[in-house]
Amino acid sequence: MIAALNARNLLISALLTFLVLLPVYANLSGNYFLLTLFTRILILALAATSLNLILGYGGMVSFGHAAYLGIGGYAIGILASEGVTSGFVQWPVALAVSALAALVIGLLCLRTRGVYFIMITLAFAQMIYYLGAGLARYGGDDGLTIQRRSQFGSWLNLSNKTVFYYVCLALLLATIYFVWRLVNSRFGMVIQGARSNERRMRSIGFPTVRYRLTCFVIAGTLCGLSGALLANHTDFVSPAMMYWTRSGDLIVMVVLGGMASSFGPLIGAVALLVLEEALSGITEYWQIILGPLLLLVVLFARRGIDGLLDAAAFPRVSPTKPLEAKVGRG
Amino acid sequence: MAEPLLQIEGLTKRFGGVVASDQISLAVSDGELHAIIGPNGAGKTTLIAQLSGEIASNSGTIRFAGADITVLPTWRRSRLGLARSFQITSLFPDFTALDNVALAVQAHAGHSFRFWGDARRDARLRQPAMAALDRVGLGERADVFVSNLSHGEHRQLEIAMALATRPRMLLLDEPMAGMSPEQSAGMVRMLRELKQELTILLIEHDMEAVFALADRITVLVYGRAIAVGSPDAIRANPEVRDAYLGEQQVVAHG
Repeated sequence: MIAALNARNLLISALLTFLVLLPVYANLSGNYFLLTLFTRILILALAATSLNLILGYGGMVSFGHAAYLGIGGYAIGILASEGVTSGFVQWPVALAVSALAALVIGLLCLRTRGVYFIMITLAFAQMIYYLGAGLARYGGDDGLTIQRRSQFGSWLNLSNKTVFYYVCLALLLATIYFVWRLVNSRFGMVIQGARSNERRMRSIGFPTVRYRLTCFVIAGTLCGLSGALLANHTDFVSPAMMYWTRSGDLIVMVVLGGMASSFGPLIGAVALLVLEEALSGITEYWQIILGPLLLLVVLFARRGIDGLLDAAAFPRVSPTKPLEAKVGRG
Repeated sequence: MAEPLLQIEGLTKRFGGVVASDQISLAVSDGELHAIIGPNGAGKTTLIAQLSGEIASNSGTIRFAGADITVLPTWRRSRLGLARSFQITSLFPDFTALDNVALAVQAHAGHSFRFWGDARRDARLRQPAMAALDRVGLGERADVFVSNLSHGEHRQLEIAMALATRPRMLLLDEPMAGMSPEQSAGMVRMLRELKQELTILLIEHDMEAVFALADRITVLVYGRAIAVGSPDAIRANPEVRDAYLGEQQVVAHG
């Protein structure tokens, strides 16, 4: 994060300014459509940021990350429907359950590599999806309406759109900062080293599995937080929150914005969801336009929008050339 | 006599029907530079991988520094002071040279469940890493990304990373592979210095280097150790000449 004046920093500054001022516009104009859209964008950007931690920095391509959206969301929904509406209870429970789920899933998935890892994370997410659909007491397939948003006492009213928006923004920025510190710490070096060459990591003396598992749990927990926010945003949870296409959306956000970049997932979330909103106004088949756009990014901008903007200002050497073929089994 | 630093007894590894290591026994004493030579496919790299823990042995034992390490995972062997370099360069291409070595230092500087401080500004990691880079002559290339370093520099960096783990013993898998004659000469000089303070097990095809450096040599053919002895004894051994050295012009008048 060098404060140089380049296209990337300009864009990020402009985006942050826009995000901070958006509620002012909404309150002045009385038009809350954009505020609602961007609340959703911020929440999913938080989920994408958590995915970026394992996918971008850790090289763990989880195709089941939306599971934690659902787990966090259902924790809120189930507690609310049982009469527990205090956020001080709901949110820690949502985080703890997400962490626990990530621990169990991670323990099993991290034994595999490459396409097997993708498939097994997907399988777990689908299992949890059907678990949600089977919860007859909590709405099953139809989902569960949340009557009251999480209660944090009189000083923080989440039912107020502006307050809720700023809570989401603050949590997102805190998460981005946390992930940035994390990936540059000793822990982060181990995670990135294991992405790059796990075999060598072991040979210089790192027990890599415990670090990757910890990283996986941190990412799952952060995504659970995003799920708690999403449940409060929509006042509703349903299995659809964790359908595999949602996991796919999160991957698209990370890849589109820029893997292993601090603000990449936010940029990706804004780009994807705004495009979706705009294109679906033009045609019902908006994905036909989105598809080729994604293809272009993957083919010509490997580091996503963020990398594109970065390169526009000062061309940097691409550090992505593989030295040794990244063998699946090291 | 003191127990050897590294002692292998009856080490065997089979891949399907192929016996890559066949009942290998050898001992390397503290301070020795022990070279392993043998034609291609003799099982040299397999042996190194068994010693470093990447390949599990079918039978036999490995003792290092008085402890049985036969079934220890790779990272634990590294913690005990057994470091290896790879024949095919194995580095972290997304990182700079200094980052690479700092990671090796970090592996031996306590646990890495430290989530906050900037590891790239941690003098406890950067200073020893820089020292290791200086030692192999890469000090001026510290901030270059590994993907932009030359092949020879990769080989040097391999050694620097092994050194940065502050090992008692180095397992070097063809450190001179693909080097120019001048670079090889530089590597020989460096290994001669290193052998003053470290025990080294060296696999190398460059016979000139091997006979110049080694205290003792083991000859491996088809997974079996057919001879072990001083360079002079190995050179004079008729069985070795038949099996291997006869093909090597260099040694005939080396």
